[in-house]
Amino acid sequence: MQDFIDVQDAAMVFQTARGPFPALRDIRLKVAQGEFIALIGHSGCGKSTLLNLIAGLIKPSEGVLICDRREIAAPGPERAVVFQNHSLLPWLTCAGNVDLAVERVFGARESKAQLKARTQAALELVGMGHAANKRPGEISGGMKQRVGIARALAMEPKVLLMDEPFGALDALTRAHLQDELLKIVARTRSTVVMVTHDVDEAVLLSDRIVMMTNGPAATIGEILDVDLPRPRDRVALSEDPGYMRCRKAVIDFLYTRHQRPALAA
Amino acid sequence: MVSAVFHSPLDAADEPVAEAPAAAVPAAVKPAAVPAPRARPRRDWRALWLQILPPVFGLGLLVGIWALLTIKGGNFPTPLQTWQSAVDLFADPFYRRGPNDQGIGWNILFSLQRVAVGFGLAALVGIPLGFMLGRFTFLNRMVSPLVSLLRPVSPLAWLPIGLLVFKSANPAAIWTIFICSIWPMIINTAVGVQRVPEDYLNVAKVLNLSEWKVITKILFPAVLPYLLTGVRLSVGTAWLVIVAAEMLTGGVGIGFWVWDEWNNLNVQHILVAIFVIGIVGLLLEQGLMLIARRFSFDD
Repeated sequence: MQDFIDVQDAAMVFQTARGPFPALRDIRLKVAQGEFIALIGHSGCGKSTLLNLIAGLIKPSEGVLICDRREIAAPGPERAVVFQNHSLLPWLTCAGNVDLAVERVFGARESKAQLKARTQAALELVGMGHAANKRPGEISGGMKQRVGIARALAMEPKVLLMDEPFGALDALTRAHLQDELLKIVARTRSTVVMVTHDVDEAVLLSDRIVMMTNGPAATIGEILDVDLPRPRDRVALSEDPGYMRCRKAVIDFLYTRHQRPALAA
Repeated sequence: MVSAVFHSPLDAADEPVAEAPAAAVPAAVKPAAVPAPRARPRRDWRALWLQILPPVFGLGLLVGIWALLTIKGGNFPTPLQTWQSAVDLFADPFYRRGPNDQGIGWNILFSLQRVAVGFGLAALVGIPLGFMLGRFTFLNRMVSPLVSLLRPVSPLAWLPIGLLVFKSANPAAIWTIFICSIWPMIINTAVGVQRVPEDYLNVAKVLNLSEWKVITKILFPAVLPYLLTGVRLSVGTAWLVIVAAEMLTGGVGIGFWVWDEWNNLNVQHILVAIFVIGIVGLLLEQGLMLIARRFSFDD
């Protein structure tokens, strides 16, 4: 396995009205191809900032980020992002939203029929084929998030970046979508970096959990290898000692050693 | 500023209708249980009455008070006299007896035409300008003070400038309409562009969309509701201003007609004109609201 994403000594300082605010410092992280990484930490620890850096939506104040041997200078279709609040365009149908991505990536090389087939396939992949002609306003929150994932997957990205993709959903829908994501990732062998604040989600889905210290000037506190065999099943894992150990390690980090700062409580 | 303008009194008037079926059906579990929004089980006569009766009462009250006040006679016409002259006027709305004596239909059409031309020109200039102001901060800071300075000026103050430049009454009236309708369009479009959710622009960045796609698929649809609010405000103001402008410029038009009838001391006709101006304004507003509703999205 080779390093696919390489974050080298990245730091991020935001210029705010009240002076510079250091969000991240000394971030060193290597992600192998096909690996599933979870970024976890308390609110305000800069995990979304790190994701936005990898996405290329913001540029680091210091350091370099490399993806597939090229420096990340701007957002690109090889790094698809699933946003926290789905971010579907309400005036386009579900198919129209996915189309936008498909056309951008494959429009120059493929026929209209092929593009259409790609859109439909992406929607089928997340189980939303039936809603292709519905507008986002007509479907539920979980369905919107699926379409958001379909839009990202349809681009056949090298990396899938997910910013708390299931954060706004109820527990049952969230569990269901996590299982779906596990299957999809197993099938597509995507490299995934996912921001989450849910310990169970992190342990269930990822190969490694990157735990971040509290901000300001947050950094990577610890990286936990989750060596649970795949495919993973949430019911079987719920009593698995390995699962418990990982879970304990993350909780220990988050709540014993790096308690949430008092002001945020 | 803009968010408040989306709601009109008519939206509020619709609400009781949506709730009424739940109240009318005794088997409804809770008053909070909202009936399925699109299913219209059967015509609810009670709700319909509740919608129709109050406006009828309001109108009746107005006419009643008017009739009471004019019961003793005097130079103010009664509702019946006004109604009769309205019937006479609308029996032949499109006659032509010389340049200063034309049917009320012609007068309305001429006014509407001036509004359409002035408003159309304002849209042509104001909407692209609003887009640019929303997109480029420098331009925005450059033009905003000018807009704030000129916007509160009554458009009629611009009429002499129009007369000076165009040396003719009709273009001067159109110029006045242009000036009064351009501000809401510039401001609303600019605010709309600035309020395009950051998420949508991030989507555009991540998908690496071309500038053309960003404009057609994201910016324009996102700004459209704001833009239509601007258009609605503009048309409303334009219709207000045209009456005053025509009183000053003369020619054919509903404003000039009002003034002419005042010179003839024909008060019935003035009252008819007031109702006609109100109804046309209402129709313009309603038409644009209908269009705006067609283009509003909820996510």
